[in-house]
Amino acid sequence: MRHLIDIRDFSKEEIDELLGVAERIIADPIAFQDRCAHKRLATLFFEPSTRTRLSFEAAMQALGGSVLGFSSADSSSAAKGESVTDTVRTVACYADIIAMRHPKEGAPFLASRRSTVPVINAGDGGHNHPTQTLTDLLTIHREKGRLDNLKIGMAGDLKFGRTVHSLITAMLQYEGISFVLMSPPELRIPSYLREMLDREGVPYLETDEMEAHLGDLDILYMTRVQKERFFNEEDYVRLKDRFILDTEKMQYAAAEMKILHPLPRVNEISVKVDDDPRAVYFDQVKNGMIVRMALILKLLDEAGKESTK
Amino acid sequence: MNIDGVENGIVIDHIQPGDSMRIYRLLELDELDCSVAIIQNVVSRKHGRKDIIKIDQDMDVDLDALGYIDPRITVNIVQNNELVAKKHLELPRRLWNIVDCKNPRCITSVEDEVDQVFELVDPERELYRCVYCEAAAEKQAL
Repeated sequence: MRHLIDIRDFSKEEIDELLGVAERIIADPIAFQDRCAHKRLATLFFEPSTRTRLSFEAAMQALGGSVLGFSSADSSSAAKGESVTDTVRTVACYADIIAMRHPKEGAPFLASRRSTVPVINAGDGGHNHPTQTLTDLLTIHREKGRLDNLKIGMAGDLKFGRTVHSLITAMLQYEGISFVLMSPPELRIPSYLREMLDREGVPYLETDEMEAHLGDLDILYMTRVQKERFFNEEDYVRLKDRFILDTEKMQYAAAEMKILHPLPRVNEISVKVDDDPRAVYFDQVKNGMIVRMALILKLLDEAGKESTK
Repeated sequence: MNIDGVENGIVIDHIQPGDSMRIYRLLELDELDCSVAIIQNVVSRKHGRKDIIKIDQDMDVDLDALGYIDPRITVNIVQNNELVAKKHLELPRRLWNIVDCKNPRCITSVEDEVDQVFELVDPERELYRCVYCEAAAEKQAL
């Protein structure tokens, strides 16, 4: 049974194929509107995330399927102490595919080992968020026309930002990628990612400066510096403004650079930047639904082939 | 110092000096109903000094656990006072329920009845990571 738990579960070729399906959906959505008729998606959100949950639900509905599920652990049997594996085994009796968000890292992986239907990781703690990565990849591909030979800047919370972790992991497969990782020293990428970059020989720079690097970037991936991650207020106050993107900083950026953000935004991108043609984070939201449609189709298709074997 | 030989059992040899008690605890040798000898700091031609554990009973030894602690350990199987097999260990590809994940955000910290599984990601550095959350295994915690 195929699942998507980690972006590494899919080969480069499979990702390219998914992005190709996404492009076909964008070109002709009507052709896909009944492709999941009589199919059901369960959204098991043990942690609230309205944006991601709605994206999955909209994706399934756009394919003609139906959805069921819950939007927080409080409204599920988890509140009674039911295990993740029991919840998944139960829900797999009602649904053809499951999208799971869980605050604990590795929960969707555990679920996939027990589930009889495909499981999609819709975010697990600070660990992975592979469908956000597919969203990012589709957006980068649509905006830049390629996924190789890119200099990607990432700014903000790179330690707990799971979208950052998954995107770095995915980009390792493409030629000519380099990273500029801009964060406070306290919020640098986890060591396993640094090891991965070193092992793959991918160039990267870790810095707590932003302006000096904006002019070289093809992509700027913004994330929020999260106040709650700091142990003392002083450090947060000292660092928070360095990673706020405003129109002043945008003067240093290249004309062709594109700004992505997994959203929700708080204050790390000034609303004045929204009108800049380089800001594509709201296009990213639309792309997220499209690529989730492509993913649901792929996993259901593979599950169908398996059941007819 | 004289320690009787093993008639039917196991001799765990070439243990790093000082590691024998860790292995004793890990393999729960205190629960065996047979003679167990821990010999510490013996002169070794190969390694200078070593520890040895002699178990006077045939038992299934978790070779993965021993290989994780030290792949240079050898396990000798003795039957009727004769050495019948000598097992050289290596770093296991996967660790099953040998170390616990210390990441409080890992699903294994809350879900009951879940195996603790770690995968070898860097043999040179003997680095293992939790298959659920990718936290590194803490060897000292054994």
